[in-house]
Amino acid sequence: MQTKSASTEKTSLALIDAIVFKHNAQPGAVIPVLQEIQEEYGYIPPAVIQRLADQLGVFASDIYGIVTFYSQFRLQPPGKNVIKVCHGTACHLGGADRLAQSIAQHTGASEGKTSKDGRFTMERVACLGCCSLSPCITVNGEIHGRLNPESAGEIVNRLKEKEFSTAE
Amino acid sequence: MIGDYAGSCVIKVGIASCGIAAGGSKVLGTFAAQLNSRGIEATVKPTGCIGMCYQEVLAEVIRDNRPVLYGKVTPERVERIIEEHVIGGHPVEEWVLPQDEVDGFMSRQQRIVLRNCGIIDPESIEDYIDSGGYRALEKALGKLTPLGVIDEITRSGLRGRGGAGFATGVKWLNTRKAGGSPKYVICNADEGDPGAFMDRSVLESDPHTVLEGMLIAGYAIGAGQGIIYVRAEYPLAIQRLEKALAQARDRKLLGEGILGHKFDFNLNIRQGAGAFVCGEETALIMSIEGKRGMPRLRPPFPSQSGLWGRPTNINNVETFANVPWIMQHGAEGYARLGTAGSRGTKVFALAGSIRRGGLIEVPMGITIREIVEEIGGGIPGGLGFKGIQLGGPSGGVIPASLEDTPVDYESINRTGAIVGSGGMIVMDESACMVDIARFFLNFTQEESCGKCTFCRIGTRRMLETLERITGGEGNETDLAVLEELAHEIKQSSLCGLGQTAPNPVLTTLKYFRDEYIEHINAKKCRAKKCQALITYLIKPDDCPGCGLCIKYCPVNAITGSRKQPHTIDAAKCIRCGLCISVCRKDAVTVT
Repeated sequence: MQTKSASTEKTSLALIDAIVFKHNAQPGAVIPVLQEIQEEYGYIPPAVIQRLADQLGVFASDIYGIVTFYSQFRLQPPGKNVIKVCHGTACHLGGADRLAQSIAQHTGASEGKTSKDGRFTMERVACLGCCSLSPCITVNGEIHGRLNPESAGEIVNRLKEKEFSTAE
Repeated sequence: MIGDYAGSCVIKVGIASCGIAAGGSKVLGTFAAQLNSRGIEATVKPTGCIGMCYQEVLAEVIRDNRPVLYGKVTPERVERIIEEHVIGGHPVEEWVLPQDEVDGFMSRQQRIVLRNCGIIDPESIEDYIDSGGYRALEKALGKLTPLGVIDEITRSGLRGRGGAGFATGVKWLNTRKAGGSPKYVICNADEGDPGAFMDRSVLESDPHTVLEGMLIAGYAIGAGQGIIYVRAEYPLAIQRLEKALAQARDRKLLGEGILGHKFDFNLNIRQGAGAFVCGEETALIMSIEGKRGMPRLRPPFPSQSGLWGRPTNINNVETFANVPWIMQHGAEGYARLGTAGSRGTKVFALAGSIRRGGLIEVPMGITIREIVEEIGGGIPGGLGFKGIQLGGPSGGVIPASLEDTPVDYESINRTGAIVGSGGMIVMDESACMVDIARFFLNFTQEESCGKCTFCRIGTRRMLETLERITGGEGNETDLAVLEELAHEIKQSSLCGLGQTAPNPVLTTLKYFRDEYIEHINAKKCRAKKCQALITYLIKPDDCPGCGLCIKYCPVNAITGSRKQPHTIDAAKCIRCGLCISVCRKDAVTVT
């Protein structure tokens, strides 16, 4: 996932204004607006919440309430690679916990956390809906099924290699 | 000329999410590239979910009008299939799915909702129209009054397929009769039950059928605006829906004066943001209005006062997907299927410990045994059938002893489970029923919106009790506490999430009480799942000393020299099971 940094305050605010403007005609647009902001940055930079509140004419606390209610939204920037481990019923029975354990070992990121080097974030999701290929994960949005702790580890290793070779 | 040999050859590759997860896009790409580079004239088509997910990647080669289905296709296998079958005319028999297996999977099925899945290209409106699509809409607009449409749906006996099973015709009529405008049609595609993928498959495989169902509903209730609320976890479904909407707009099937009639209808998509409770209709409406998705008291029902306080009709994906078929084939054809109280068919996502897992559609009233044994081919790996989980976190576990229960709303309700939206997870003896109850409580506890005290705190207390039991610290009074809390949560919660949250605990307590007692008294988990009650050991005779388990152990609990049997330090071991997963010699055992 390629994400932009929200460090340049000016640019980011202009961008947020543009997103709000795009949805302005729609009532109840706050969730699609937040989704687009997260698409852009990979997370909801806390600094933009007040701006959003001003633009949409709602309280900042309302927006914060929405961001924390829906599990899709993050308040922390994710790592360069986002791995989502499915914990649906079939995946749970098929050993999702073991997959997560192995991925944590290979990435250095435990569930819900980002690795110290910022390369990986591992998240748990309730169900990806690929139950007949359980256990499964998504890596940067791409789905992988019929995994075991070893093959999940190999996926991480391949990501590391790819990064290494493109860095050179 | 090679092209002549190929005759009229069509190759279809299933690329719904399951197919893609198994490598379907690569197979599709390899077929296209190889045929192209060899100058062979054959059509390579993507299609949706063929249903036999356990055999993904699935590819169907239709040569000289004879369809042949290949299972577990890999890019490496493509060349031989082209060589021998597409060019040579002889199917590669060893990779063809055996006919008796296909028959076993398909013979008890009746495909109405899934009629086009795995057959048409989901991204082609032409394919949908060629297979009879949008003719039901034409019939409704041209030949029937809105009340005539509602009458047809009512007589079909269709009940809402999202879980509650409310009569669809009644819902439509209530919204039609309600005062106030504009009116809205909402498609609930926030399929949140873990273990369910029916709606995802339909949206990914045949999005237009859902659009057509919504258009007919819009005409029937007098709505001009529709919204599809689809969960963000389904990116492919969203992408295909967007494409379908654009195609329908281009063909003037959406917009003003649809098909030359005085009927205007527009549709747009809203993405859910990851909250299970938004599958509840009033919470879903809150979410569309840009608020936290918290359910409100009903009545007033959405049919009276829904989105922005206007009359709103909400049905789920599968319900809408039934509508075009019913309009085209008539209410009687639909009502003939199923049982007296539960008409028609139901789609199930069959997964878990089952030989042939996938997406199935069966007439209501079929028994659990018929689904598991005849369609699913039974349990693999020599373990016994323990039960099925139906209805996800709102449902329960039905034990193997009740496998002759017919699958219809009333019969399943009597067991304490619910038909639910259609997730059906088959469990063998390696599943621990206390762990399953804990798993679902953990889910509902996390997903409780927090509005009702009994749901918010009660599920938390139930979860803690279950964690104590699976952690080896349970006592005799815990079961009574669980039952009391369960009763109170059911009584005192506002919405379906809370009212049904205790069901997984109640059904497992009802049918597998001895397992709970075993955990409490003997500190024993017979399925060897509960980490606090098991010990990992390496059998010295079987251990080749390869060191793989040492490498994988996250807590360095395993020691041993190369080519010498390794040992596990029980004090350090966290019983995560990685060693057992990676051992190639099955040298690790659990006691």
